[in-house]
Amino acid sequence: MTGEAREVLQVSDLRTYFPVRSRGIITRTVGAVKAVDGIDLRLDSGETLGLVGESGSGKTTAARSILMLVRPTGGRIKIDGQEITGLSSRKLMPIRRKAQMIFQDPYNALNPRHTVGGIISAPFRVQGVVPPGGVRKSVLELMERVGLNPEHYNRYPNEFSGGQRQRIGIARAIALRPKLIVCDEPVSALDVSIQAQILNLLRDLQQEFGLAYLFVAHDLAVVRQISHRVAVMYLGKIMETAPREVIYSRPLHPYTHSLLSAVPIPDPKQQGRRNRIVLQGDLPSPIDPPSGCVFRTRCFQAQERCAVEVPPLVEMAPGHHVACHFPIAVADLPARIDVEDVAVSVEEGTAQAVEGVHFNEPGPPHA
Amino acid sequence: MMPTRGSLDRPFLSVTDLSVAFPTEDGLVHAVDGVSLSVERGKTLAIVGESGSGKSVTAQAIMGLVNRKAAKVTGEIWLDGQELIGLPQNEVQELMGSEIAMIFQDPMSSLHPFYRIGDQIAEAIRAHRPVGAKEARRETIEMLRHVGIPAVERRVDAYPHQLSGGMRQRVMIAMALINSPQLLIADEPTTALDVTVQAQILELISSLQKEFGTTVILITHDLGIVADVADEVAVMYGGRIVEVASTGQLYDRPEMPYTLGLLSSIPRMDREPERLDPIRGNPPSPINLPKGCVFQPRCNYSDRVPGGACLTVRPDLLESGPDHFVRCHLQIEERQQISREVLQVLAGAPQ
Repeated sequence: MTGEAREVLQVSDLRTYFPVRSRGIITRTVGAVKAVDGIDLRLDSGETLGLVGESGSGKTTAARSILMLVRPTGGRIKIDGQEITGLSSRKLMPIRRKAQMIFQDPYNALNPRHTVGGIISAPFRVQGVVPPGGVRKSVLELMERVGLNPEHYNRYPNEFSGGQRQRIGIARAIALRPKLIVCDEPVSALDVSIQAQILNLLRDLQQEFGLAYLFVAHDLAVVRQISHRVAVMYLGKIMETAPREVIYSRPLHPYTHSLLSAVPIPDPKQQGRRNRIVLQGDLPSPIDPPSGCVFRTRCFQAQERCAVEVPPLVEMAPGHHVACHFPIAVADLPARIDVEDVAVSVEEGTAQAVEGVHFNEPGPPHA
Repeated sequence: MMPTRGSLDRPFLSVTDLSVAFPTEDGLVHAVDGVSLSVERGKTLAIVGESGSGKSVTAQAIMGLVNRKAAKVTGEIWLDGQELIGLPQNEVQELMGSEIAMIFQDPMSSLHPFYRIGDQIAEAIRAHRPVGAKEARRETIEMLRHVGIPAVERRVDAYPHQLSGGMRQRVMIAMALINSPQLLIADEPTTALDVTVQAQILELISSLQKEFGTTVILITHDLGIVADVADEVAVMYGGRIVEVASTGQLYDRPEMPYTLGLLSSIPRMDREPERLDPIRGNPPSPINLPKGCVFQPRCNYSDRVPGGACLTVRPDLLESGPDHFVRCHLQIEERQQISREVLQVLAGAPQ
């Protein structure tokens, strides 16, 4: 790592809403999809913050908002100490040298009509930067660094496999030596053997250049592999954030518990021994999120209070923040929980949210 | 298990020397190359492999979905005493959806966007059985309830786009199981879903399997899911099966270097997140497969085989132990030694 760790990203109360318009010729705004609804994040140099969540949780919108690819509705974003919210596109230009992005789909993120050399040298051209030794030399070095054959400088993206294309995207992202790279599902489109190569490459580059990664992904095993800290998102809000070891071994939020229990482990002997929390149903609509705690409609801990009061993100231990009225420790979890449509019983206005929840006695492991 | 026995005690499904080749401008693409496998009734076989390994084409060939005008399909597929490959198209059609059913990765590609889901399932019933419209609708509602669709009476008249991804997957499972097929082929059934929904769907498939005694072939790239649901595992690479074993055996004593490489490549929740040890290089192009062992260019151990046999001689899938077949030139003892070493490294830092 280069030098001492310093804050490269600070996000406070970030909100990104998309307007929902009425149909017809004269449209008016009738509501909003609260894709990101008041999140706080911070990130130091040399550090990786994993942002996990299911589809619809708002993690990708959060990532795009942080780089101002989507204009946030409210909140503040500081990159390397500089406030960037409200800046014009022109004023954002110098910021983009400091913060880059790696995309999920290496097929669509590269212009098929440009050569690899052209793609990787684009940041230099756009920013008007001439690196020592010239652009071409830098690009060749970058190609070598990310594991591409420099002889392929004049080839086109379609001549490369998915993993190699992702390497091209990475070379482009690190070309200007940024401080922050936002990685949006960078390995989810790749085969497992290639996924591991890319994860190792990202790790090495971080150590070499002291990069900070905001690593957005849905795969908890992948996030665990690369992150120092993890934030769990659900329906636009952060449910829990903690250092990696803590979130994976001592989580407190019921949603984190259920996510972790759902990850398959490639070992038949372990599968039977784990806690099982099988959530029912899907994410509620972000246009009309549940009152109080957004997770309560699928939560096995939900009680009356959860429908009324939004749980604030509270620091339960140093660096461990949880947004839940009734956090629960791993040791207190029953062996198996089936949450059967808690949603229905809550929506019917009864206070018996826990009625649909069956706590099975810890018994013989589930086959 | 593996190679075919006499026709008398043929297992429920047995595939012998199945090959599928597509002629293209660049030459013949051997998508599937001499695959033999078998499944006992009521069991689950997982076929694991990365993209281009031929796992999906194998499934499509069993299902009769490979266009015979576009591809050359050879070998034998016996299902419950009936040979499928030589069967005329109309008889294949009859089997599809009644005896054999398939679930795909993307439910939108197998649900018609213009028709209500209830009507689509009812059509599947009436295509195979002489059942009235009313009765078909009743059965449809019952099945949708069975697969866990809430508020069925309302949802039965919904269009596919009105449902979430998890719901659509349930609808597809309902449609696949509506005629109580004996064989269910699930091609990456949960890849497009979130983990919490994936857990729901996997539980659903295995509980329905127990209830109806269905035989399941699960196609996946996820070794975690395999450990969860499969009885037996076939690992495919470059169009060939490179290792077959019972699930316990495969995770306890994997032998093929490719399987070892896969296990070393995946980040795991139950181990310290140390640097991964991935397989080097890229999967082979199916147009230009290596002459000898398909995995040789990426294998760390091929130099231990005398005479460079890995480069020139195609290894056979040979018995390595009870219920365990491996396609590798390495001596059995050497393979097992390597396997122990790799597993030891993997287990190096258990939590």
